[in-house]
Amino acid sequence: MADSATSRSRDLDKLLLRPGNLVGPSFEPGPELRDDLRDYARVLVVGAGGLGCELLKDLALSGFKNLDVIDMDRIEVTNLNRQFLFRLEDVGKPKAEVAAKRVMERVNGVNIVPHFCRIEDKELDFYNDFNIIVLGLDSIEARSYINAVACSFLEYNVDDTPREETIKPMVDGGTEGFKGHARVILPGITPCFECTIWLFPPQVKFPLCTLAETPRTAAHCIEYAHLIKWDEVHSGKAFDPDDPEHMQWVYKEAVKRAELFGIPGVTYSLTQGVVKNIIPAIASTNAIISAACALETLKIASGCSKTLSNYLTYNGVEGLHIKATEFVRNKDCLVCGPGVLIELDTAVTLRKFIDMLEEHPRLLLSKASVTHRGKNLYMQAPPVLEEMTRSNLSLPLFDLMGKVSRDVVHVAGLSSMDNKKASSMRKLRVAFKGVPDGVTDMDMAGGA
Amino acid sequence: MIKLFKVKEKQRENAENAKKQTAAELRLHKDISELNLPKSCSITFPNGKDDLMNFEVLIRPDEGYYVGGKFLFSFQVSPHYPHEAPKVKCKTKIYHPNIDLEGNVCLNILREDWKPVLNINTIIYGLYHLFTEPNYEDPLNHDAAAVLRDNPVLFGTNVKRAMSGGFVGHTSFSRCT
Repeated sequence: MADSATSRSRDLDKLLLRPGNLVGPSFEPGPELRDDLRDYARVLVVGAGGLGCELLKDLALSGFKNLDVIDMDRIEVTNLNRQFLFRLEDVGKPKAEVAAKRVMERVNGVNIVPHFCRIEDKELDFYNDFNIIVLGLDSIEARSYINAVACSFLEYNVDDTPREETIKPMVDGGTEGFKGHARVILPGITPCFECTIWLFPPQVKFPLCTLAETPRTAAHCIEYAHLIKWDEVHSGKAFDPDDPEHMQWVYKEAVKRAELFGIPGVTYSLTQGVVKNIIPAIASTNAIISAACALETLKIASGCSKTLSNYLTYNGVEGLHIKATEFVRNKDCLVCGPGVLIELDTAVTLRKFIDMLEEHPRLLLSKASVTHRGKNLYMQAPPVLEEMTRSNLSLPLFDLMGKVSRDVVHVAGLSSMDNKKASSMRKLRVAFKGVPDGVTDMDMAGGA
Repeated sequence: MIKLFKVKEKQRENAENAKKQTAAELRLHKDISELNLPKSCSITFPNGKDDLMNFEVLIRPDEGYYVGGKFLFSFQVSPHYPHEAPKVKCKTKIYHPNIDLEGNVCLNILREDWKPVLNINTIIYGLYHLFTEPNYEDPLNHDAAAVLRDNPVLFGTNVKRAMSGGFVGHTSFSRCT
C-alpha cells in the first residue's frame, strides 16, 4: 500500500521536493508541500463531459485528493466514444455521480464528491469553499456565470491592489473539434472572462425571411422547422431541445421542407447539431487541453513552476499550432475591476450621491442611474421607471443599500472624462464612514 | 498558493451570500437608462422595476400604412446579452410582409446583423421602421408581401381591414386601433 503510494507520487516528487530555477515566486519544495496539496487543496471541476472526465482523471493522478464535480446532465449513448469513464450500462445516469465513482475506484485515496445539479442551484458559499475552480464547459453562458461568482469573492485594498487571500483562481479549458484553449484566470491579476469576452466569434444566425422563403441549405430547412414551423403548429408550447420527441418532430418537418426545395443532407444528427449548436468533439483534443489545465492547476497550487500567462490556444486542423498569448485586463471591467472607491457619510441621500458623481475627478458622470445587487435604485429613463424610482432620491443611500458597511454599486450615465462626452457604466466601491465591518442589518441585507 | 489555502482553512470568510449582478444585467441597465424613444413608442415592465430582462414595447405608428394602429412587442433578453440579440415577438396579430401571423419578426439586426454595439434603442427604432417602410423583398408573410409588391393600394386596404378586426383572405384579425 505504502509502496504503491510512493511509486505513484514518484514523478510528482521530482517536481515538488526539489528546488529549481523556473519555479513560481512562493515555491517551497519539500514533503510538506506534497502533503499539503493532498490535505488542503480543494478543487472543483465544473462539467463532467468530454473535458470533465479527462480533468478528473488528470487531477486525481496529479496528487489532488479532495475533488468535487458538478454537472446537470445524464449520460447519453453518443457520449461513450470519448467520455471514457462511462459504460453502456451507465446510460441515463447522472454524469457527475458515475464519473466520481469510476475515478475513485481506480485512484487510491482520492475523494470525489459529485453534485448532480445546475451550477446556478448552488449558493455562493459552495463555490467559496474551493481553492481552485477548473472549468470543462461548452457554453459561454456557464463560463460567464462561474466567472462572475469567482470574481464576486475578490476584494481590493484601498490602493486598488487585489487582496491576495480573496483571489479565487480559475483554470478554463475549452475544445471545439480539432481546436482548443486553456487559460488561467486569477481575478484581479489576469484578465477575467468578461475582460476578453470579445474573443468569442458571433454566432451564425440565418435571417428568418431566408428560412421562410428561400432556403438553400439543409441547416436552413432545420432552422425553419425549429424556429417557424414549431410555433405555427404547437401554439404556445415551448420547444425543448432535450426532448427526443421534439427533436424527432423537427427532424421530420425539416426533411419535408428539404424535399419541397430539393435540398439534400438533412439527417437526424445534423438536426441535433444545428438546433443545439453542437460541434463534433474529438477525444484527443480533450485529452490535450485537459492535460494543460491539470498542469496549470498543479502549478497554481504548488508554485512548482510559473503559471501559463495567460491564454493557450491549440489548433490541430492543419499541422499543429500552439501559442500562448498574454491578454491584458480591462482595468474598468465591471466584473473583476476594482471600481472607484467612494467614502460616504451614512446620511448622504441618493440625490446627493448622484450629484457627487458629477464632481468626482475620476468619474465626471452626469445623469447617473444607480443599481445595487439587482435593485434599480434610480433610473433616469424611461419615464415609467424614473417615476417608480423617484421616491428613492430623498432616502439615504446607506438605507437603500441595506445598511452594509461597504458594497459595490454600478452607475450608468454620461461621462465627461478627457473632455469627451460618452455614455458609460462604472463600478463603484461605496464605503460608509464610521460603520464597522460585518455589522449588518440582516433583515435588510436578506431582502430580495 | 498552498500557504494561502491553509490560512483560509482556519479562518473561512463569511462572504455575504447575495447574488451579484451579471454582465448582461449591467449592460441592459445602461441601455434602458439611456432609452430615448420617439413619442410613438412606449415601454412597460410587467415584472416591475427590478426585472429589466423582460419588457414590452407598444408602437403606435404616426405615418404610413399602419397609422392609427397599436402593436405590442415582447422582449426577452438572454443572460448572454449583448452577445446575443434579445428575442422579440409581435404580440398583436398583424398583416405585415415582414412579421408572420405567429409574431415572428424579420428584422436583420435581430438575427444575422446583430452586433454587441447595438442596443435596445436601435432595435425599437428598427421595429418602428418596419411600420413606415414595410419591405416585400424580405417576406415572412408571403401573401402580404406579394400584395404590397403588386398592388400597394390593395395592400393599404387590407392593412386597414386587418387593423379594424376583419378578415384578409381566410385570416381573421383582432381590432388594434
